Amino acid sequence: MNHATFWMYLLTMAGVTYLVRMLPMVLLKKQIKNRFILSFLHYIPYTVLSVMTVPAIFSATSSTISAWVGFAVAVVAAFFKRSLLTVAALSCVAVFVAETILHVCV
Amino acid sequence: MMQEENSFVKGIKDGLPICFGYISVAFAFGIFSVENGLRVIEALLISMTNVTSAGQLAAVPIMVSGGTLLELAVAQLVINLRYALMSVSLSQKLGSSMRMLDRFIVSFVNTDEVFAVASSQPKRVGRRYLYGLILPPFVGWSLGTLLGACAGHVLPGAVTSALGVAIYAMFIAIVIPQTKNKATAGCVLLSIALSCAFAFLPVLKEVQSGFAIIICAAVASAIFAFLAPVTQLGEERIQ
Repeated sequence: MNHATFWMYLLTMAGVTYLVRMLPMVLLKKQIKNRFILSFLHYIPYTVLSVMTVPAIFSATSSTISAWVGFAVAVVAAFFKRSLLTVAALSCVAVFVAETILHVCV
Repeated sequence: MMQEENSFVKGIKDGLPICFGYISVAFAFGIFSVENGLRVIEALLISMTNVTSAGQLAAVPIMVSGGTLLELAVAQLVINLRYALMSVSLSQKLGSSMRMLDRFIVSFVNTDEVFAVASSQPKRVGRRYLYGLILPPFVGWSLGTLLGACAGHVLPGAVTSALGVAIYAMFIAIVIPQTKNKATAGCVLLSIALSCAFAFLPVLKEVQSGFAIIICAAVASAIFAFLAPVTQLGEERIQ
């Protein structure tokens, strides 16, 4: 790929991505009053994150079993309201330990 | 009227976990780019101008296979359209300190995780807080890409595999505490059921994942907005 082609690609993807993010935030300056839309927007963060996590998390590591272990540890840690960093770290360590055990046993 | 969270230091503090998560995910993107034949500087430029995991991962094969600009643009639009939904949602939570210029800058780094953390604040979010919040993730995303592109092959596979779960664990840490509210719990379960349907059922699994995310999240949120409406964003429902 030559430089000119790369820059055209870069400009295209960055432009589309930015417009999608920027336009709603810049154009919507008023507070929405409609109760249905407000409620919809209230639920959106949690549904978007849930949909992105399940089932994708189960194929995020090199084995489904270790991914389930990481998932379970994250849910339990989150239930006890640990910080984002703690939950992420515990989950990573759990996956690592699970894969090490799997590697030794299998 | 809700108060405004506008501390730069609090923003940095909240942004740091995202930064660490991003280093690992961007690291994987860096390895992926170089393996696909991109130069290190190209991988870094993509990360610094896009700051989006799924979109970037989809773009690399299109670029190296000589795809058209239209193909690239449509792929980015479909995969990243969820950000429009997030920007609409976040626009309703911005404090009065946010000027027009701030909206242009902050929206550039309105990623899934930045959005999630900003949304979970009990108060409205101000410009200083948001600048603090977006700085560590941007640095982490760029730095991770650079490290992965330069030295991806040094880390053992077991470590990169374990890091793959980090971002999802962060999402779980944001969602689970909210499920103490029964309506939110129901809404989350419904969205997960829909998401699994789109992942495993015939016909539905042919739907591009960017579209599937929007459909599942929007349908579940709309149903619960109808069944269990709230009075104000970020507040408990009244019924």
